[in-house]
Amino acid sequence: MAKMKVEEQRKQRTKMSGALMLIEALKAEKVEVIFGYPGGAVLPIYDKLYDSGLFHVLTRHEQGAIHAAEGYARISGKPGVVIATSGPGATNIVTGLTDAMMDSIPLVVFTGQVASNVIGSDAFQEADVLGITMPITKHSYQVRDIQELPRIIKEAFHIATTGRPGPVLIDIPKDMTTAEGEFDYEQDVHLPGYQPTVHPNHLQIRKLVEAVSQAKKPVILAGAGVLHANASKELRQYAEQQNIPVIHTLLGLGGFPANHPLFLGMAGMHGTYTANMALYECDLLINIGARFDDRVTGNLKYFAPNATVAHIDIDPAEIGKNVPTKIPIVSDAKEALKELIHQDGKRPDITAWLAQLAEWKTNYPLAYENDVQTVKPQKLIEMIYELTNGEAVVTTDVGQHQMWTAQYYKFNRPHRWVTSGGLGTMGFGLPAAIGAQLADKQATVVSIVGDAGFQMTLQELSVIQELNLPIKVVIVNNQSLGMVRQWQEIFYDKRYSHSLVPNQPDFVKLAEAYNIKAFRAKTEEEAKEVLKQAFSLSEPVLLDFHVKADENVYPMVAPGKGLHEMVGVKPCEESLQ
Amino acid sequence: MRRIITMTVNNRPGVLNRITGLFTKRHYNIESITVGHTEIEGISRMTFVVNVEDERIAEQITKQLNKQIDVLKVNDITDQAIVARELALIKVAVNSAVRQEIYTLIEPFRASVVDVSRDSLVVQVTGEPEKIEALIDLLKPYGIKEVARTGTTAFTRGSQKNAASYKTPFII
Ligand SMILES: Cc1ncc(C[n+]2csc(CCOP(=O)(O)OP(=O)(O)O)c2C)c(N)n1
Repeated sequence: MAKMKVEEQRKQRTKMSGALMLIEALKAEKVEVIFGYPGGAVLPIYDKLYDSGLFHVLTRHEQGAIHAAEGYARISGKPGVVIATSGPGATNIVTGLTDAMMDSIPLVVFTGQVASNVIGSDAFQEADVLGITMPITKHSYQVRDIQELPRIIKEAFHIATTGRPGPVLIDIPKDMTTAEGEFDYEQDVHLPGYQPTVHPNHLQIRKLVEAVSQAKKPVILAGAGVLHANASKELRQYAEQQNIPVIHTLLGLGGFPANHPLFLGMAGMHGTYTANMALYECDLLINIGARFDDRVTGNLKYFAPNATVAHIDIDPAEIGKNVPTKIPIVSDAKEALKELIHQDGKRPDITAWLAQLAEWKTNYPLAYENDVQTVKPQKLIEMIYELTNGEAVVTTDVGQHQMWTAQYYKFNRPHRWVTSGGLGTMGFGLPAAIGAQLADKQATVVSIVGDAGFQMTLQELSVIQELNLPIKVVIVNNQSLGMVRQWQEIFYDKRYSHSLVPNQPDFVKLAEAYNIKAFRAKTEEEAKEVLKQAFSLSEPVLLDFHVKADENVYPMVAPGKGLHEMVGVKPCEESLQ
Repeated sequence: MRRIITMTVNNRPGVLNRITGLFTKRHYNIESITVGHTEIEGISRMTFVVNVEDERIAEQITKQLNKQIDVLKVNDITDQAIVARELALIKVAVNSAVRQEIYTLIEPFRASVVDVSRDSLVVQVTGEPEKIEALIDLLKPYGIKEVARTGTTAFTRGSQKNAASYKTPFII
């Protein structure tokens, strides 16, 4: 009987086109914003979008759309949604897909495809998008039967947002957008091959509790997994309960308050001396949601050489991938931390360890030589930190300015920090700020970019102006590809092959061409002045800070070196010598 | 070290591509792959033979394969009691003088002749890869014109029904 009823209900369901199904599915998923760019293969979708009531942002390049979606996802915690047309539209999103894959960002990306009957004929604007994107997506689909579309979209949102998040792509041949089928979105997701482990194994948790109670020099290395799991509160509670110091990866920043006495700073290539030495000296390393990236570990031969390693990760493949692990815990970070807090094991006796850490902190802080005659990039970041009370959403591009921001902007709250970690994508910062601002409309959003990276996606200024997003674009203008120049100075005997760009455009005039207010500053005094002005305005502002070209990011672990082999730890003293 | 990994997967377009792509991306070298339907509709079975440096990489392969949405179950069965078989077709050059000799030679291998022509024979043999190697070695002096091998297909002995039991949550 009941079955009959369901069948009847199904029959009553009106048929609709694939394009309309897509719109309805996005509504059912409560999608707030779509980032996209139209083209022939997706015109049926755009036609249905026209009066759908959904909010669509036309970026000026598909790369802008996908980075904006990433920024949105990183701040809102919800999946970013992207639409791109077939062929060139789709190939333009390849960088963003890889970026999202590397940093575990949930995205659902729709690409148009040529009609089913001409797939494989090298038709106009055809690209093997599925083939191109398979290794850079968490999963991907090509719609071959209109009746499968609702299930596919439902699965895509499920896969993108659960387990270890990531980008999912749906390639839709044009005829599938016009073909009609029944829309049934109230179905369960049935994916027997995809069952992420969310709860930790009790035995393993007990092992960790035991190891903590015995430890003399324990340390927690927390990555973005903590943020994905919304586990900042639990991380803090656990660290305080057990009195264990915390180190963050680049992407983890904000998961633990930077001003907390147990915080040791960021680890890795441009991490703090204290964090890196702690990783070298520790006897118990608890990794929570970090993947032991080589930028964090330095030379693996010298990484935590005396430590028992425990690793909590929702992705079992990360455990043991780079670093041998004694206590593997496959779990969502929040669930594992909750369990650990609940166990309330014996606090380790680590007075000597804490004293050692405190000494490092006092004697080897992040430092730079000030010079008010110029704009010191480090000082610039500190000024922005103070002006925004450490509350701003900060997005960056990739390079020196990114590392200075990570070092000198103290993130005390989660989900305020948006940067491209795994892929290190220049051109990321500006579009990501658009997504971040749309995810948190009240937030002060600052996009800190290099003069080079900015020019990779600067066309998105158009979107900022059009939507009047009050983003403050801060260009750290060193008239060079700063980080490349730094490496050439240190490792290539100052042979500056194609890294100096003394003839950058006039960024202030450029902003004016986009109808965006802009200021320039060349000294600390001017910098202070224009920052104050910019942050008092509730409209977009571009700021062009001329900094010295030869400033370097320190301290630093050179590639191939161990974390204990940092150089430039005391830049003031060393430069005086 | 040689590892034999078996998998059950959803029989969907592109699945093999996904899996071989994963091997390429991570620089794992595949020695052989066999794929075919299982007793369950829509589910296929794959057997991989890979050569890896150490246990750690073998474990990584299994874990990475497990992450694929269309992969239902992965098993590294190298160290278990298994049935592993391969089929080979070997075209051997012959003349009337040696024809009979070859018949007697292949008999202990329980191989059979499946095609005969004036100057060649096609020998069909199944068995463990080592047995096939041995037969090829024996036939070499006569002049091998062509060899076609399927690669290993395998599963564990006993009555485990691998295909039906879905991927269990990962516990190390
Ligand atoms: C798309 C892309 N191309 C090249 C690189 C290599 N790269 C890393 S940092 C950098 C220089 C960045 O210069 P700029 O944007 O001015 O920032 P700065 O380092 O000067 O702060 C380059 C070229 C990259 N990360 N991304």
